[in-house]
Amino acid sequence: MSPAEQSQRKRSTRNGWLLSAPALTLLFLAASGPLLIVLVYSFLTPGQYGNVIWDFSFDGWIGILYTRDIFDGTMNLADAHLTIFWRSVKLSLMTTALTFALGFPTAWFIATRPPAQRAMWLFLITIPFWTNLLIRTFAINEVIRNEGLMNTVLTGIGLISEPIRLINTDTAVFIGMAYVYLPLMVLPLFAAIDRFDMKLLEAGYDLYASRLQVLRHVIMPIVKPGIVAGSILVFVPSLGAYVTPRVLGGGKNMMIGNFIELQFGQGRNWPLGAALSMALLLIVMAALLVYVRASTKGSNPHG
Amino acid sequence: MADRSFEVSRLPGFATVAIAVFVLLYLPILTLVIFSFNSGPSIAVWQGWSLHWYTDAWNNEAVKGATIRSLIIATCASAIATSVATMAALGTTRRAAFGGQTFIYVVINQPLMVPEIVTAVALLILFGVVKQATGYQGLGYLILAHAAFCTPFAYLPIRARLEGMDLSLETAACDLYANPWQTFRHVTLPLLAPGIAAGAMLAFVISLDDVVITEFVKSGGQDTLPTYMLGQMRRAITPEVNAISTALLGLTVVLLTLFFILTRKKN
Amino acid sequence: MTQKVAITAQNVVKAFGQGAAAVRALDDVSVDIATGEFFTLLGPSGCGKTTLLRLIAGFEMPTAGKILIDGADVTDKPPNRRPVNTVFQSYALFPHLTVAENIGFGLKMQGRPKAEVAATTTEMLALVKLDAMADRKTSQLSGGQQQRVALARALAPRPKVLLLDEPLSALDLKLRKEMQVELKRLQTETGITFIFVTHDQEEALTMSDRIAVMSAGRIQQIGAPRDIYTRPVNRFVASFIGETNFLPVTATPQGARLSTGDVIAAEGEGSVLIVRPEQLRLGPPGLGAGLAAKVTNVVYFGTDIHVNLSLADDTLLTARVPSPVDGGADFATGQAVAVTFQPGAARLIRE
Repeated sequence: MSPAEQSQRKRSTRNGWLLSAPALTLLFLAASGPLLIVLVYSFLTPGQYGNVIWDFSFDGWIGILYTRDIFDGTMNLADAHLTIFWRSVKLSLMTTALTFALGFPTAWFIATRPPAQRAMWLFLITIPFWTNLLIRTFAINEVIRNEGLMNTVLTGIGLISEPIRLINTDTAVFIGMAYVYLPLMVLPLFAAIDRFDMKLLEAGYDLYASRLQVLRHVIMPIVKPGIVAGSILVFVPSLGAYVTPRVLGGGKNMMIGNFIELQFGQGRNWPLGAALSMALLLIVMAALLVYVRASTKGSNPHG
Repeated sequence: MADRSFEVSRLPGFATVAIAVFVLLYLPILTLVIFSFNSGPSIAVWQGWSLHWYTDAWNNEAVKGATIRSLIIATCASAIATSVATMAALGTTRRAAFGGQTFIYVVINQPLMVPEIVTAVALLILFGVVKQATGYQGLGYLILAHAAFCTPFAYLPIRARLEGMDLSLETAACDLYANPWQTFRHVTLPLLAPGIAAGAMLAFVISLDDVVITEFVKSGGQDTLPTYMLGQMRRAITPEVNAISTALLGLTVVLLTLFFILTRKKN
Repeated sequence: MTQKVAITAQNVVKAFGQGAAAVRALDDVSVDIATGEFFTLLGPSGCGKTTLLRLIAGFEMPTAGKILIDGADVTDKPPNRRPVNTVFQSYALFPHLTVAENIGFGLKMQGRPKAEVAATTTEMLALVKLDAMADRKTSQLSGGQQQRVALARALAPRPKVLLLDEPLSALDLKLRKEMQVELKRLQTETGITFIFVTHDQEEALTMSDRIAVMSAGRIQQIGAPRDIYTRPVNRFVASFIGETNFLPVTATPQGARLSTGDVIAAEGEGSVLIVRPEQLRLGPPGLGAGLAAKVTNVVYFGTDIHVNLSLADDTLLTARVPSPVDGGADFATGQAVAVTFQPGAARLIRE
């Protein structure tokens, strides 16, 4: 590079940083920076009435898995905590699976509509995506609650005599999360299927594949990046869900998000809440890394 | 005789599932909307048509306060987020790649990658400290928090628009003696305007809809519409919640349609 | 010679669209294709040749008529139940599979044992001379190599009939010529019936056992290349294949009478006389035999020259004669010549 080019490049870079500075400042202040504070707080001691005492302690992190017996001071595995973690992971995985099972045919359907119709179908699937999470949770609540639409209809046509008590159960949270996160699975799947070369289907059928074989051997492997993207987009928010388990699960069926909130409320254990948040963040980062790896893998030829 | 093709793209059962999904997706929403017009006090037992929940909500001081607060926060947050995002977009596109670009990109999009509950907790702690230190209890915290997580939503459409823009127009302006500021003002900005509008609208909707972060950051009595509704869900729910939900839904649909139109017109 | 018939199309009609706006891509097409033939469907774009191919493959079903393979009615059978395989114009190779996996795909779908799949794959790789490429991803191959993979993949399941949809159109000229020879060799070696679709008449003439010339959804003529070339049945075939002179004539007991008054002996029936440019002889004027003509233009083509002529009443003709370098005579604009026809060259056709 000539000196003139070099100084132009330098100027361009400097301008780039200057222009980005306001955004960076804002986000450091109100998004990234506070995360560091959480990390710090996770190593402090809980105060009497909430908040923290500035004494260094590992108790926050240990408290994730163990509780200290108040009588003899020994550390025991916290079953209640493990139940919550297990519920969160289990429900998130189930939600991902269900949204995939329902979302893949939906995405395929939209992608194979004639171009004129496709925009309409996309718009229809996008509206629930942008609708307030709380509204959607409330809507599904209306349907599955004891006096809700589902029970009213089923009792009305005589299939059941007593309402199905779904609300405040794990199943209710599962149904709620699947309902709320379904569009997040459909959109990346649609993007991947949209790029798929339909001529490959003709080749598959020409070579004696049945419809199911074509799905398994031709479509799925090629659409895999979309599947991974959709799965991450559903799994991550499910894991950190707060509103849906709160509205549909009642106070008892807590997921990690509710458990974290508890520590800042009645639980009065801020360091534990901070440690849990960090742990959740680490798991999410790990999942994102998996995604990045899986989506760049496709470009490497293997022998 | 058969007058059809072998439908290569047909997979058994897929269309049925897809249609069922669309129906199941909209059924709860439709139920919610319909029951907002229920004359009775139940959200499940239909007793006739009435608009009184809407008028009741309109006259409810708490709802009014929450609505105004939501709109103020959304407008301010959207304005801040859009300005900041526009500058950042200009700073990160259409120039030679420099080392920090990925870093900037990650920081700006961080709210998309971090679970809301974690950010909410973080801000609770931070603002708690600041509140104690300064005694300020106003809407500033909420506006700041919203502006931050709305930024990536404003950034992405603006950046997309910028990358799709024809550079030769600015080159032409330069050739015609315009200085950088004039070029920006008379060429870049007008062309970028639809992208900026789309970003602003997206940021506005996102801010309006937020529940988790607002719930943690707000001080007492600082309800927005979503947190008001969340509070109502703890008590006996009346169709007032349906009415508010339907109104919010309507607003979202209108804004979304505008967004689609703005991003569809590609010259 | 009665050969076994591999494919029969019986009064096939294929219409797209509804009612008044319906377009007939194929309009009552019937053809028998013999086993072991290299059969070509030739015609301009839109003539229906690809539609007919797709009907045989099973990707489309006819609006009316039947498709028979080896005597069995397959009209309603989906493509994965017909013993035919296709080489697609865009190759349609599976990007997520290696070359070997692509080739073995059809056998795998049929549930063949792994050993058999491996053995056949190796055989096919050798057949198309791609042994070294077995484990490469298809995106790493050149256009010509991809073409051969597509071929091998379609041949591996040993179909009764191989359908080729303009497979050489994406290749450059040199590669094309090479592949034409390759394809012909493969066909004779395997003995499989090939149905080849192309718009390139030279390709059709060099490779085919028989050609079906198509236009506007109908078959205009079926025959061996030589027959199609020397005895076209109508104006379309005559003008699509090679170059032709068309002269309006009236029939008389002595022969065909031109507008100049000259009478030419010609076989066939109709009101149009056709003669190929290379079948015209040019000689010095005034010897009594031949038509009186004047040279209007001479175009040098390297191996021969095209001489544009006009007859006494301004009827235009083109003659193709060996270039002067090869010992032929040279011609100048304005020169008067006598045009004679090679014996048996002139034919009468209907419009």
